Amino acid sequence: MATPENARRDRPWVFRTYSGHSSARASNALYQTNLSKGQTGLSVAFDLPTQTGYDSDHPLARGEVGKVGVPISHLDDMLALFDKLPLEKMNTSMTINANAAWLLALYVATAERTGAKPKKLKGTTQNDIVKEYLSRGTYIFPPAPSLKLISDIVSYTVDEIPMWNPTNICSYHLQEAGATPVQEIAYALATAISVLDSVRDREDVPENAIPRIVGRISFFLNSGIRFVEEVCKVRAMAEIWDEITLERYAVQDANMRRFRYGVQVNSLGLTEAQPENNAIRIVLETLGVTLSKRARCRALQLPAWNEALGLPRPWDQQWSLRIQQILAFESDLLEYDDLFDGSRVVEDKTRDLKQAARRELDVVLEMGGAVAAIESAYMKQRLVESQTARSRAIENADITVVGVNAYTNAEPSPLLDGGQSTLKVDESAEREQIERLVEFRSKRNRADVESALKNLEDVLRNGGNVMPASIRAARAGATTGEWADVLRGLYGEYRAPTGVVATEGSGGSQATANTRDRVHRLADTLGRPLKILVGKPGLDGHSNGAEQIAVKARDVGMEVVYDGIRLAPSEIAASARDEGVHLVGLSILSGSHCVLVIDVLDMLRDLGLGDLPVVVGGIIPEEDADKLRKAGVRRVYTPKDFDLTRIMSDIVGVVEESSPGT
Amino acid sequence: MPEALNLADDRRADRRREALELLEALERRSPFPGAARIGLTGAPGAGKSTLLDALVRELRPKGETVAIVAVDPSSRTTGGALLGDRIRVRSGASDPGVFIRSMAARDQLGGLAESAWSAVIILAAAFDRVFVETVGVGQSESDVAALVDTLIYVATPETGDALQFMKAGILEYPDVFVVNKADLGAGATRTAGELRRSISLGSRGDSRAEAAVILTSARDGEGIGELISAIDAHRRRLIDDDALPERRLRGREIQLLGALERRYGGFGIEQLGGRRALRERVREHDSISAFALLARLGVEIEEALRKGH
Repeated sequence: MATPENARRDRPWVFRTYSGHSSARASNALYQTNLSKGQTGLSVAFDLPTQTGYDSDHPLARGEVGKVGVPISHLDDMLALFDKLPLEKMNTSMTINANAAWLLALYVATAERTGAKPKKLKGTTQNDIVKEYLSRGTYIFPPAPSLKLISDIVSYTVDEIPMWNPTNICSYHLQEAGATPVQEIAYALATAISVLDSVRDREDVPENAIPRIVGRISFFLNSGIRFVEEVCKVRAMAEIWDEITLERYAVQDANMRRFRYGVQVNSLGLTEAQPENNAIRIVLETLGVTLSKRARCRALQLPAWNEALGLPRPWDQQWSLRIQQILAFESDLLEYDDLFDGSRVVEDKTRDLKQAARRELDVVLEMGGAVAAIESAYMKQRLVESQTARSRAIENADITVVGVNAYTNAEPSPLLDGGQSTLKVDESAEREQIERLVEFRSKRNRADVESALKNLEDVLRNGGNVMPASIRAARAGATTGEWADVLRGLYGEYRAPTGVVATEGSGGSQATANTRDRVHRLADTLGRPLKILVGKPGLDGHSNGAEQIAVKARDVGMEVVYDGIRLAPSEIAASARDEGVHLVGLSILSGSHCVLVIDVLDMLRDLGLGDLPVVVGGIIPEEDADKLRKAGVRRVYTPKDFDLTRIMSDIVGVVEESSPGT
Repeated sequence: MPEALNLADDRRADRRREALELLEALERRSPFPGAARIGLTGAPGAGKSTLLDALVRELRPKGETVAIVAVDPSSRTTGGALLGDRIRVRSGASDPGVFIRSMAARDQLGGLAESAWSAVIILAAAFDRVFVETVGVGQSESDVAALVDTLIYVATPETGDALQFMKAGILEYPDVFVVNKADLGAGATRTAGELRRSISLGSRGDSRAEAAVILTSARDGEGIGELISAIDAHRRRLIDDDALPERRLRGREIQLLGALERRYGGFGIEQLGGRRALRERVREHDSISAFALLARLGVEIEEALRKGH
């Protein structure tokens, strides 16, 4: 309760919940409910086909429609998503990257149709491609044209949608990919510099627009469980940003140099074991980005306690929203000035982080900046190294994770109610979405669409700005897939380096050595070294798990084929055959495991490889795991199987079982 | 095809006999000059995979079939290896005219697995072109050179001056030099210039025709047609000068000796009179299959070793 002396409170940050699923209509209903519960901003989660530029009926979209977010294929979908939500009053964050220009164009067209003025729109397009190559995986085009698209959006919105945050530079996904605080700071700032440099160098951007453009750049951060360090990380980042914007871009107005950022607290650190503990983790992680007034976040979205188990239900998300409300309105946090100014401990730590981050930033800038460091796989390799070190530390219990590698003896959680503790996406969602899409296509004016797409192509070929042509295409009724196809035709598709090959090998622990001995012995029985394929079927780009498995398998002496993300089940099956592997391991985090894994099994059978053992890892509810095992999957691994050496030992066992003579 | 490659990789005695018979049969049946065997080497990150991808996209529409043997290093400490991480040829997955097999170099000296040799023979029986892609680290160029008709070295722009190239010893073996990433501009042109200069300085120390230096941009497909012409011209020249049989024979010598040495060690080689004597025997028996000869020499060494005990 506020005491009379301290009655003046700061305005709280924007409360958001990252959400969306099944269909535009279902997601709209969810948004209406969330707003009525006191949420103050929207955060739209798109499904993977939408994020990677495919219509819902594209073959690669199979099994993925409406899974990790809402499917948006055209203007009618967008209109349904924001039905009865006055866009001029909304603050909408859209997690969209490679095709951010397209979804922003649909948003603008939706505003026009509903009588809202684009100049009054407020919100954010994530629009940061660098971390997509490093971690999240929903890139489409190569780095150079991707950067051009980002700078198009930045230079367009600064005048046309002036309250929009055109790009939200993400360090969030870098932390999920294993980044240390220093790497997080350095790589995010390197990305921001590459975006700003490319905007500054444009002929159509006048010099006097630069301070305003700098002022619109925002960041999206992660906050982990080491919340004291997180406080210092954010303060360090804010200080370096202030310096860079002054030194490099000569921004004199201190307001334009403010480090503005939103946050989603750490999701991948949430555990499947004793999942109720995650609620406490979320609270502590929230403190990291709210305690220090000088470096407090502008918007916050919290994961739900049960995210490691599957998709959260509305109640789970409500619980997380309540954490924010209690902190902002019940506690006295917002009544005080910065709590840490003058704290020797915090200031020392902040200075250390700043110095180390500056050094790493210089390394990347010396290489030619973030894009060059993507193409050379430098940043990716550094992240895979950090992540590998982290999983080894958890395995060896050098890092304590309560309920996982310590204090594992626990009462059954009353929050886990059989298989009913997560949300089930209606299996008919995909079919219904496709029906709507087919109907939409049949009703639109074909000639308008073709001429708008032709115009888009011409404009881009001549180096023009993507935004006006995309808005025209959105109005005309073009689809997400059609828009992306035009750009794919012009720019080509990109496959990012996986970064795993160059990572340092490690002899590892005694358990690792024992498994390695078994692998070497097995080679004698098999006649050749144990060779496995690690595959990521479908559109899910979260490759950290697959990469850690691949590195570990190499460390126990296996020969590992890993070709990166976004492979069709047919490609994985053909690769398994051509490469002559003894086992296939599939990793899927998008919730589309049932469809995709069973497709891979079917295709292996068609190729005469029905006996080839297949194991699967991912966020897979027990009910689905059962289904997969019945379909022929030999093992299912979930986040509670954190001990990679044990997984390896288990996999060796699977191959031993399957090979005659062992 | 995949089963044949599995068989050729199998170390169990009965399977190995079977494999040698298969390889022998394939070798005997293969017409001369048969499939074009092309090596592709260069430092990590030089853009070999992207270049291969561009080559495949250029060759497939012309109806040519392509097989790729991609070799990655094995870890010395663990014996494990991470393969792949190459840009898998996009059109290849559903196209039976493209075949990719990844291999670990295993811990053999020189870096190339014996399996790569068998794989080239097997794949040459079924595809128009067989590419062998390896990471170049100085030593392995000679091994790849022994496997192929034409060796391409992929250089990265700004990787060095003439002296650096000479020091690294990479000028000796390649038949075609590619400076990839020509889209990077001046650096690429400068590197190509340095390479041309180094080659014409005669540092290759042989009488072979001067190697071509080609600028490509795998990203835009620029220079890819020219590269294929250079590969074909090199092979044409070998055939016209009647030099291809000699090149393959030399490769066979290296492979055979290497295989025997790995299996029986230097001591085993000495049982048959040492390297020079063995090389002569390989030359004498150039009409019989390398694999039959490998089996025969193996038996002789084993007998000699038995008698010695």
